[in-house]
Amino acid sequence: MGMLSFYLRKLIIIFKGEVLVLPSRVVVFLFFLVLLFLPVVTQDPYLLRILILTSIFAILAASWDLLSGFTGQMNFGHALFFGVGAYSSALLNLHVHIPPWGSIPIGALAAVLAGLIIGIPCLRLKGTYLALTTLAFPIILMGVVFAIPDITGGELGVSGLDRLSRSRLTDYYVSVVLMLGLCTVMWKITDSNTGIIFHAIREDEVAVRTAGINTTRYKLLAFSLSGFFAGISGGLYAHFMRIAGPSTLEVSMSFTVVIWAVFGGIVTIYGPIGAVFILFPLLEFFRFWPEFRMLMFAVVILLILLYMPDGLLPWVRDKIEKECPRCKIRNVATRKTCRVCTAELD
Amino acid sequence: MIADIVISGLINGSVYALLAIGFSLIFGAARIVNLAHTAFYMVASYCIYFATHKMGVHPVLAMLVAIVLVTLIGLVCYQLFINPIREHEAAVLIATIAVAMAMQEIMLLIFTGDYLSVPALVMGYLRIIGVKIAYQQLLTFGVALLILAGVWAVLMKTRLGLAVRSTAQDREVANLMGMNESRVAMITMAISVGLAAFAGAVVVPLKVVDPHMWMHPLIMMMAVVVLGGLGSLKGSFVGSYILGLAESLVVFLIPMGAFLKGSVALSIMIAVLLIRPEGLFGIAFEEER
Repeated sequence: MGMLSFYLRKLIIIFKGEVLVLPSRVVVFLFFLVLLFLPVVTQDPYLLRILILTSIFAILAASWDLLSGFTGQMNFGHALFFGVGAYSSALLNLHVHIPPWGSIPIGALAAVLAGLIIGIPCLRLKGTYLALTTLAFPIILMGVVFAIPDITGGELGVSGLDRLSRSRLTDYYVSVVLMLGLCTVMWKITDSNTGIIFHAIREDEVAVRTAGINTTRYKLLAFSLSGFFAGISGGLYAHFMRIAGPSTLEVSMSFTVVIWAVFGGIVTIYGPIGAVFILFPLLEFFRFWPEFRMLMFAVVILLILLYMPDGLLPWVRDKIEKECPRCKIRNVATRKTCRVCTAELD
Repeated sequence: MIADIVISGLINGSVYALLAIGFSLIFGAARIVNLAHTAFYMVASYCIYFATHKMGVHPVLAMLVAIVLVTLIGLVCYQLFINPIREHEAAVLIATIAVAMAMQEIMLLIFTGDYLSVPALVMGYLRIIGVKIAYQQLLTFGVALLILAGVWAVLMKTRLGLAVRSTAQDREVANLMGMNESRVAMITMAISVGLAAFAGAVVVPLKVVDPHMWMHPLIMMMAVVVLGGLGSLKGSFVGSYILGLAESLVVFLIPMGAFLKGSVALSIMIAVLLIRPEGLFGIAFEEER
């Protein structure tokens, strides 16, 4: 009993000292809380559906950021991983009868393979060349999908898959918990040693190589990690919609992912997730004027790019938090002195 | 059969050349990857449709008006959306996609998603070795070649062309030599969008006009440009004919080829990149690729 209360008090102290001091951490905490306890308040199937899709696409957008944001390898064909994940888990489910909990991870492994295959030619390219080349791969695969309709169903796609789970509520918990878990993993990866090397490759690849690090290996690692997470989101999407169609490979799909990530702010992981949670429900909201939906989407993006080129969420974060000039620790913007080293904040 | 392949390949190739050279020019001179390039081509097609069908203007006049109008729209877009964020490479890519999407949606709102068509400028056809070639196709081919020659002349023989080429080689040094870099970028943008509008104008009688018509040319154009080497005009020219011919070969010879035409063109591009990462005629700048 004494042990328990000790740990409880320790937890409260950590919570007070680490979470409540920064508004951004409070927001993340509330985000977890709201998502996990939302079904207690409402179980509206339409709302749950939107949130499930939002979670799935949040994984996708964050996985783009892991590859393109952190290592600077501009991938404009992220739909490839999504599509490969969706199609392979759909085909496995339909023909080999593997249930979703097995077919989604195997689909993700197929996406990792795809990441390795496209990673090898892409290692020699940089910047715009890389962006334009990666854009090509999902289009090539889409041509193949259309050319062999016996296996892939052509334009109609592979349909009639197993449900993710029995009820809408379980679907919700599966995708939301997976989203929160996988995104935390991604954030941890970017915070680790590997993540620092990724970031360094973005800033100056030659310098990283000079430091004795095999950048090729790390870039391939980034491609396969990103492929894995995107593949999981593809598999989830296929099983939730119960169809894997060519729309998962479309060019506009790749573009949308990039738009989400840039809108939210790249090299952050939380940026793309927040952007999907803002933009996707917003688009659903605009369904009342279907003809203005995409136009509004485009205009919002143009305005964001003009006024906050680093993305929305880092911009907001810089408004409410300040970095201490001496110890580089973040503080609430209202503080006069740093909470750790008591240096003057300007 | 062979004649069919060659002719449709040459015509497609010329249109891709018009598009790819414009795209390559603005990339070379200003390092802007303008993904909205083919959206301007679509807008030009719609302008011509509107002028000839709804206002009864003569087609040739309609084409001229369309080219001027689209060039102006392009410059406005450049000033409003691209110029302020030119230094952020990723942001420019996104901004141009957003511009393209906005144009597509505006065209959808005005003209709906119906498939429209514009009548040919000249009727009738010619028979060469048993193949019917419409005069319109010949006209498109001839005019495209003429314009390409004109662009080449401007770039190689005038002071403006010299400025564009030297800015493409090295922006900073060109600036130090007294060329107004931002003005050169703006003029290049005008030429580039003008070329896209022109491509739209010459091709509109041969194609179906709809708001999504910019997607396929965009993909082909990017394949061409990467194949030929970004910023290299000769590369874009040769690359467009290679991919144009490859596309019609696939369409005519392989069953279900129409679905695979994009795939094959892009596979050629990737194969070339594996052997020569800087493209056919690209010059390898160490820090850029």
